[in-house]
This record gives sequence, structure tokens and C-alpha cells, in this order.
Amino acid sequence: MAAPAPAPVSAQPGGPLAGLPWRTRPSPVPAWSYAVRQLQFWLTDYRRTWRGSIISTVLNPLLYLGAMGLGLGTLVDKHGTASLGQVSYLVFLAPGLLAASAMGTGVGESTYPVFGSVKWNKTYQAAVSSPLRPADLFHGHLLFVGLKLTMASSVFLAVAAAFQAIVSPWAILALPVAVLTGLAFTAVIEAWTVTRTKDTSLAVVYRFGLTPLFLFSGTFFPVTLLPGWIRPIAYLTPLWHGVALCRDLCLGVATLPSAFLHAGYLLVVLGAGIFAGNRTYTRRLYV
Amino acid sequence: MTTALIRARGLTKRFGSFTAVDGVDFELHRGEAFGFLGPNGAGKSSTMRMIGCVSPPTEGELSIFGLDPVADGPAIRARLGVVPQEDSLDVELTVRENLLVYGRYFGLPRPVIRERSDRLLDFVQLADRQNDRVEPLSGGLKRRLTIARSLINEPEILLLDEPTTGLDPQARHVVWDRLFRLKQQGVTLVLTTHYMDEAEQLCDRLVVMDAGRIAAEGSPRELIGRYSTPEVLELRFDPTVHENAAEKLAAVPAQRREVLADRVLLYVEDGDAALAAVRGLGLDPLTSLVRRSTLEDVFLRLTGRRLED
Repeated sequence: MAAPAPAPVSAQPGGPLAGLPWRTRPSPVPAWSYAVRQLQFWLTDYRRTWRGSIISTVLNPLLYLGAMGLGLGTLVDKHGTASLGQVSYLVFLAPGLLAASAMGTGVGESTYPVFGSVKWNKTYQAAVSSPLRPADLFHGHLLFVGLKLTMASSVFLAVAAAFQAIVSPWAILALPVAVLTGLAFTAVIEAWTVTRTKDTSLAVVYRFGLTPLFLFSGTFFPVTLLPGWIRPIAYLTPLWHGVALCRDLCLGVATLPSAFLHAGYLLVVLGAGIFAGNRTYTRRLYV
Repeated sequence: MTTALIRARGLTKRFGSFTAVDGVDFELHRGEAFGFLGPNGAGKSSTMRMIGCVSPPTEGELSIFGLDPVADGPAIRARLGVVPQEDSLDVELTVRENLLVYGRYFGLPRPVIRERSDRLLDFVQLADRQNDRVEPLSGGLKRRLTIARSLINEPEILLLDEPTTGLDPQARHVVWDRLFRLKQQGVTLVLTTHYMDEAEQLCDRLVVMDAGRIAAEGSPRELIGRYSTPEVLELRFDPTVHENAAEKLAAVPAQRREVLADRVLLYVEDGDAALAAVRGLGLDPLTSLVRRSTLEDVFLRLTGRRLED
């Protein structure tokens, strides 16, 4: 089996590779820096699309708060706001929409962009041929989505403040809660998306996941108005916890125990998503 | 005694009950161009993916730079370049951005990437397209960009999985030329192919794979010497007399006779003498060709099948 080894060819000057033969080795780097490298990829990618993305980030809250908060809200407020906690519909709606649109961003980021990377462009397969590991790709994308959520949620809060829909300085804490809500969805759905081989299954997430959650998790009306048997289901959804905590903070009525409960629930979902994603990413990309 | 750059012993990869790679042994040394030759499904790509540390071996030993691909994946991959079978470029980005993104994966500083990109884009003759988006580029240009990308970290070993499959002849020759220059520079090339001419052009040493096993190993010249004759006489008969003629040819002294669907191959020392003997039997082939043996003949001999079937 062992053939005579050919003598190593010495490097010729002027070729494509200047540094031969090899002497310097990349120094060992901390594991998190691999995730940051993947974050840089998404930021490079984002440079192509940021204009359209910024426009919808500003426009969406304007449209929703204008149409539903002001338009529909005028009707609602005429009929009494006792079930809303004696605040105007606009003030009630804004924090719910904040959490719900964070979910929307999270779901959007964790479906087609991830599926495209593993199936259409195969850029994930290219990336794991570098020092990056599958889990680094996952974490790098979560970092990117975290940044995007921070930006979008900040814009949302600013727009809501311009609509005078923010009544408490505690609202500033709704920002990290919204980001956490979005990331919890991102991690769980992304862990699943990376296992998919057909893009048609992604539509299921929107049809049976995103839309019902958006409508029935307390965004537009209190969950207490739902039939009693369905309420426990609403309480189990991560979005309800995000909506409830954002609303408590924006209204300035949050209590420490309930804040811990809601944030804790979202953290558990996020942790479970990361745990699952570490495995599904590895299984899909190391075959 | 140089230590092996890549060393495999009993290397096995199974997917469920299917065994893609069935206990192969090989060793690779610095500066070599080493090829895995075999038809589709022979286990070439699975072997390459294990060497690329993106596919854990099911059984057996594998070491690359003396390191363990499972435990030291990032450290090994930092020193490898990979040209995958399917293009995996980011088609939304420009040619140059693809190199930038990939260079960052290796933790290279931007000025270093810029400088290397200039050099590599010249090398693969893509400098004039550097700011174009990748999507509309032709297959040949994408392949060349993929090769440039695989060199951004100045790898010690370049893994190429069917580097010219799907390219037109002209594009293939450009790729071969670039790979040959890399070899001259001392880059160790490991490639898979089901083109015998590619293996003959590029490989110092190769293994012939079939059904997950290594059927033979050696330099192209050694393999031809060991498993084939110096010359081959190819005969094509009218389809109506093809079988009949094939039987009669048994009378022609030849080391081996292969009856294919459309041709008969006679493996002989002297092709012209054999052709004279064929004519002496009163057989009148439509066409006849005397040629030197190739790796295709070696493969046919070892497996009874043609490479590109």
C-alpha cells in the first residue's frame, strides 16, 4: 500500500499562493468567535436587503398602530375599556403588537433564509468546510436575528411613543422582552427548519403556527375573552407570555413574580430550541 | 520516511444498512496528486467528506495531519481547501464578496483577504467579473470561483470532488491547467473523478474504487501496466453480425477480449498485427482503431463495467 512519497515541491514565487510552505498556524480561538464569523456573513448578506427591510420595519408599526390602534381603537374606546384595564385600545394594542411582530420577524428569519442556506444555495455546506461547526452556524444566525430584533423592536417602541401609546418608562424593558420572544421562536423553528427537505412544509408554520398565535395570544384582545376551555392553550403559547410581559411593562403594572414567570418561560423555550438546534444542525450538516 | 499527510485504515462509512465505504486503506503524502477513480456510487464522495471532516467515519481509523477528524475538525479544516461536487457559492453576493465571506470564516483579516482575492481572481481569470453577482455566471466560471474560494486560506491539501463534472471541454481544460499549476506549487491535491482522462492528466497516484472498496492502487502507468496490455484494438461491426463476429474473434490471439454492446475490444501487444489477423479470418469490421490502453481499460478489467455507465 505504501507508495514512495514524492519529494515535496518547493514553492515557486509569483504563484497564487504566496505563503508556501506552511509555517504559520492559525492560533486556537475561543469557540464563540466562530459564531461571530457566521454573524458577519449574515451582516454582509443583509447589506443587500437592508433598505427594503428598514422600510417595512418602520412602515409596519405605522400602519398597524394607525389602522387598528387609532381607527379600530376609536370604536372600541366608545364601548368602554374595562376589560382592557381602563386604558385606550391603542395603549392596550401597542405592546401586544410589539411582541407579535417580534415573533413575526423571528419566524421569518428562521424559515426561508435557513432553508435556503441548507437546501438551495448550500452555503451552510460550504461553511462547515471551514473551521466553523454546525452549531456555530446556528448560534451565528441567532446572534444576527437578535440584532435584527433589537433594531426592529426599538423602531417599534419609538413609533409607538410617537403615537403616545407608551404610558410608562418601564416600557424600555419591553425591548429585551420582545427580543427574547422573537429569539425563542427563532431557535425552536430554526431547529426544525434545518431538518426539512421540502420548502412546502415551511408554509405549515405560517398557516397553523404564526397566524393563529398572532390572532389568539392576547395581541388584539385579552385572552380572558376567549372561551374558558381554550384559554389554557393560549397560556401555553410563548407569544402570550411575551405579549403579557410587554404589556405589563408598557402599562407600568408588572410585578416581579409575574415578570420572572413570563421571562423564565420564554428563556426555557429559547434554551430548548438551542439544545435541539445544536443537534439538528449537526445531524443535517455532518452526514 | 515522511509521515503520511492523510492515513486511513479500515475506513468505513455506513448509512443505515447501506455501506458506502467498506474498509478502505490508503496513505497520502505531501505534494502528491492523489485520485479516487470510480463510477457514481463507488464511495468516492463519502470518502472525501470523511477526509473533509464533515462526515464522521462509522468505523476504522482516519488521521489528517496526524489529527483526529472528529475531535480536531476545526483545526484540520483550517488547513484544507474544499471544492465540493455541487456548487455552494452564495449566488446573491458578488464574486469578490464570496471570497470575503469565506475568508472571514477562516478568521483572516480583511486586508489579507483583499490581497489574496486579487491574486486568486487573477489566477482563475475572474478579475474582470469580480464585482458581478454570482448567479448569472456560467458553470465553468462558478467552478473557477469555487476553486479560488477553496484557496483563500492557502490550504495544504485541496480536496476536489468531481471538479469538472458538468463542464464543457474548454472549461475542463482551464480547470485542469489551474490544478496542475497548484500541484507545481506544492499543494497536495486529492480528487475524485469518473473521467479517466482527468485521472491520467492530474494524478500521480490513484485508487480505483468500486462498490465501496479499493479495487487497485498505483500510478496511472503502473495500473495500465499491471491490468492491461500496451495496445487495444477496437472493432465495430455491423449490428447484424456483431455477435457472430465477436465469437469468431476468439481465434485471434489476444490477452483478453471484451465484448461490449457496440464494440469488441481486443487487448494485445501489437494492435496492427491483431487487426491483420482479424482480416485474415475474413471478418470485415465497419471501423477499427488501434490505441494505447487507458485507465478505462483497467477499470473495465477490474469491475467488468465502464466508468461512466
